[in-house]
Amino acid sequence: MTRKPTKETLPALPGSSLLKPGFLVPLLAFVVAFPWVFQRSTFQNTAILVLLYAFLGQAWNILGGYAGQVSFGHAVFFGIGAYTSSLLLINTGLNPWLGMLVGAAVAATVAAVIGIPAFRLTGHFFLMATVGFGEIIRTLFVNLPEVTRGAQGVFLPLLESSIKNLMFRQSNTGYYYIILVMTVALFAGTAWLERSKLGYYFKAIKEDWEAAEALGVNATRYKFIALAISAALTAMGGTFYAQWVLYLDPYSTMPLMVSVQIALVAILGGVGTVMGPFLGAALLLPVSEVIRVAVGGGGRGISPMIYGLAIILISVWQPNGIMGWVQARERRAPQDQTGGAEP
Amino acid sequence: MDLAVILQTLLSGVMMGFVYALVSIGLNLIYGVMEIINFSHGAFLMLAMYIAYWLNVMAGTDPVLAAPASGLAIGLLGALTYKLIIKRVMKAPALAQVFSTFGLLVFLEALAHFLWTADYRTVEKTAFSGVVSLFGLRVGLAKLVVAACAILTTAVLFWFYNRTKTGKALQATAISHRAAKLMGIDTDRMFLISWILGGATVGMAGAFLASLYNIFPTIGTTFVLLAFAVVVLGGFGSITGTLYAGLIIGLIENVAGIFAPAFKYAVVYALFIGVIVFRPKGLLGR
Repeated sequence: MTRKPTKETLPALPGSSLLKPGFLVPLLAFVVAFPWVFQRSTFQNTAILVLLYAFLGQAWNILGGYAGQVSFGHAVFFGIGAYTSSLLLINTGLNPWLGMLVGAAVAATVAAVIGIPAFRLTGHFFLMATVGFGEIIRTLFVNLPEVTRGAQGVFLPLLESSIKNLMFRQSNTGYYYIILVMTVALFAGTAWLERSKLGYYFKAIKEDWEAAEALGVNATRYKFIALAISAALTAMGGTFYAQWVLYLDPYSTMPLMVSVQIALVAILGGVGTVMGPFLGAALLLPVSEVIRVAVGGGGRGISPMIYGLAIILISVWQPNGIMGWVQARERRAPQDQTGGAEP
Repeated sequence: MDLAVILQTLLSGVMMGFVYALVSIGLNLIYGVMEIINFSHGAFLMLAMYIAYWLNVMAGTDPVLAAPASGLAIGLLGALTYKLIIKRVMKAPALAQVFSTFGLLVFLEALAHFLWTADYRTVEKTAFSGVVSLFGLRVGLAKLVVAACAILTTAVLFWFYNRTKTGKALQATAISHRAAKLMGIDTDRMFLISWILGGATVGMAGAFLASLYNIFPTIGTTFVLLAFAVVVLGGFGSITGTLYAGLIIGLIENVAGIFAPAFKYAVVYALFIGVIVFRPKGLLGR
């Protein structure tokens, strides 16, 4: 009889104290009750942004955190999702939910094409290529007005308010619950991924892809899988954004700064952890909204300045983000779940 | 299309190519010595352009003559970047190294936006204007002066890198940190020098470019992608390769500019990706 390792014999994952019911149940109760407790539209807008970026950050995290392929070009997938569903809605009247799926498929396909040259590179060079592709595709969006309406942008048609139409004209509450469900589902999926075979393959590639190959993991194949999943999810976030904001143009929807913000949410929270992107988004978005309101006029570059400084400080002092701090606390705390291991 | 236009485009391409080479050399020098890519390289260039612009506005200095000042300032910025950030992340995971200079890029661009707004600025008082005839071709004097200065600066750098003791120590460090250390080379000092040189060369390039382009906070992103293309094409770690690749990219950009002006950078980026696919080592890569 062979003994397979069970969940109980595996070591506790770092940061798992945030995945216990004692933390998750109150958190879920809070986010579900949020729109009733805080009814002001600024609060609700910020809350939607937090959830949307938690979603996007997690999508990035699957590729950048778990599989270790850092991209600063995710705004491309975000833009593809937003544009695909919106243009399909305008030109063919396709339901936005179906448009979301088409957008996800298009983004995954584009990602696969980008991956062919980009995965020949690692580390710094891969990052560089993602920035390059981001700029190329954005240039295409600006300069192909027949398809994308170029710099003029796309206005979405107003539909009747309903979940089916993914549109609510009176209040933000509907949008809030939709993005909440999407985010909770993605986070649950990521928690599953962390313990799945696929998740271990990703981590093996991140730690040492040559060793992973030697053990029979087809590193390139799993990098493509991580990229396709990540791109498809990011595109779904893009469709939600389009349906919520109702206006798209290449400069505001897919600039480098959107790529930076998506990545930063995960980096700040802690790459390669389930709760990291949520913690990062919950800290970053409210802070940048407060700055925007306090300074006015779009903040005149103050938010990006703080983003930049935050990225530098995190990389110098705490490369593991907020989760690094949580893990340090876990190590100091008495280990109550190690029963039986000691002689 | 007549021959004169073609020759004019080629000449213009070669001239800009020398400037692109100077823009890119610092990036490759730092990579060669330390295996770290300075993502804030474009922001260094942007700051140099602003230095040249403000010297022009306040003192009426021609941007080309502002090059020593901007070279010095950005060289100092390079030294600070090494001392305050790079030194601390050298032992950190590769991810942290990537983030740190990328964060600096975001920070510096936002700083420029905060200080000087997103307005496009143009250098107005230039000492060199008009058109001169060169081998029967008509060339803007400003561009000619810029190209000449870029060639001169690159030549000085090549002399320093290949002929001086410090330059040779830099090369030795690039080959192996450990072996260089065993030979008594202070590698920490070499790292610092590579950042100073990297900053100074891109700082001078920024002043040269200031009179030819509109200046705005994100101008660096355009050039840094161009510089990546140059470095990748020339081969990482090869300064000579960077010079050749600069010329090639300058030519391609100018030729593409005739046929599809809106896509001229897209063509350059596409070339960059083509090189990655077909010859990842570049022309003269190690």
